Amino acid sequence: MNSVSMENKENWQPVIKDGMVAAWPICLGYLPIGLAFGVIAQKAGLHPLEIGLMSLFVFAGSAQFIAVSMLSSGAAIVPIVVTTFMVNLRHLLMSSSLAVYLKGPSKGWLSLYAYGVTDESFALNLTKFRDEDWDWRRALVVNHTANIAWIGSTIAGGYGGEFIPSGAFGIDYALIAMFICLLVFQLRGLLYTIIAIIAGFLAVILSLMFPGNSYIIIASVIAATIGVFLRKSKIFSDSEKRL
Amino acid sequence: MNADYMLVILGMGIVTYIPRWFPLFLLSRRQLPEWLVGWLDFIPVAILSALVLPCLVTTGEPRQLDLLRPELFVAIPTFIFALKTRSLAGTVVIGMFLFWLVRIIF
Repeated sequence: MNSVSMENKENWQPVIKDGMVAAWPICLGYLPIGLAFGVIAQKAGLHPLEIGLMSLFVFAGSAQFIAVSMLSSGAAIVPIVVTTFMVNLRHLLMSSSLAVYLKGPSKGWLSLYAYGVTDESFALNLTKFRDEDWDWRRALVVNHTANIAWIGSTIAGGYGGEFIPSGAFGIDYALIAMFICLLVFQLRGLLYTIIAIIAGFLAVILSLMFPGNSYIIIASVIAATIGVFLRKSKIFSDSEKRL
Repeated sequence: MNADYMLVILGMGIVTYIPRWFPLFLLSRRQLPEWLVGWLDFIPVAILSALVLPCLVTTGEPRQLDLLRPELFVAIPTFIFALKTRSLAGTVVIGMFLFWLVRIIF
């Protein structure tokens, strides 16, 4: 602990409070999904302890759902692991994008931070890094608060989460609403809005053409690349040079 | 505890962690070239849009286009609310409330 306290002179108490307060929409959104996952995993034959361990080791909602459905249909280990890798490859882009803001922490802290990179924590922390006085410690607390909510709700689901009525209080919409708002925060000019429209349309078309979720990576990479060329082009080079 | 399940969980954990860790380890301590910073600058807006839009207009397995989903109806006022207020908390609450309302009515 000595090296930790030397490295971080800042008091952790307000940091933990800020991070936990910021994480609430994610926790709220994880609750119904986690419960649903727990119920399904338990039906597929996983013990609540195994459910908790999967949520702890993997911490990736959609991949866990897919893995459990593959397990219950008798798939072997290697196909499940390969599918998980494909489904979660999108985090490569998110971590690349976060790296710009994570110059402070040591390699050990970075490795811990990497564990908590999800669609939700990425979107929330990146917005905060850009718009607010946000730092990696607060972001790390967001990651781990979300992690605890995920592990807890999946285990609770494994012990019989069926008693929670699905759709209660519109809770199913919490994450979509959060993503919509975070998307709005990213629309920082005409060029960004155009990129959002291109990425969204591409994603819809690709998602209709191919199973799985590779459409997220492909659409994002294409749209961002178009963005780089548009920024260089004459139309945008005068009005939108923000870098 | 089932040994096969533990192996699956461990394997899944490793292959999920690597793409999360590698870019942070590789990129965070370096001076990145300008084109890469510019490219990464567009990634958040692109990813968020690519995550959200298919959730609103596609459904089923295999996915099909469906423009009459309550998810889409609710997204429009939620989007406008976010644009006007720029409040994350407010947007989440409003979105949930409207979705709850729409599902009661329809």
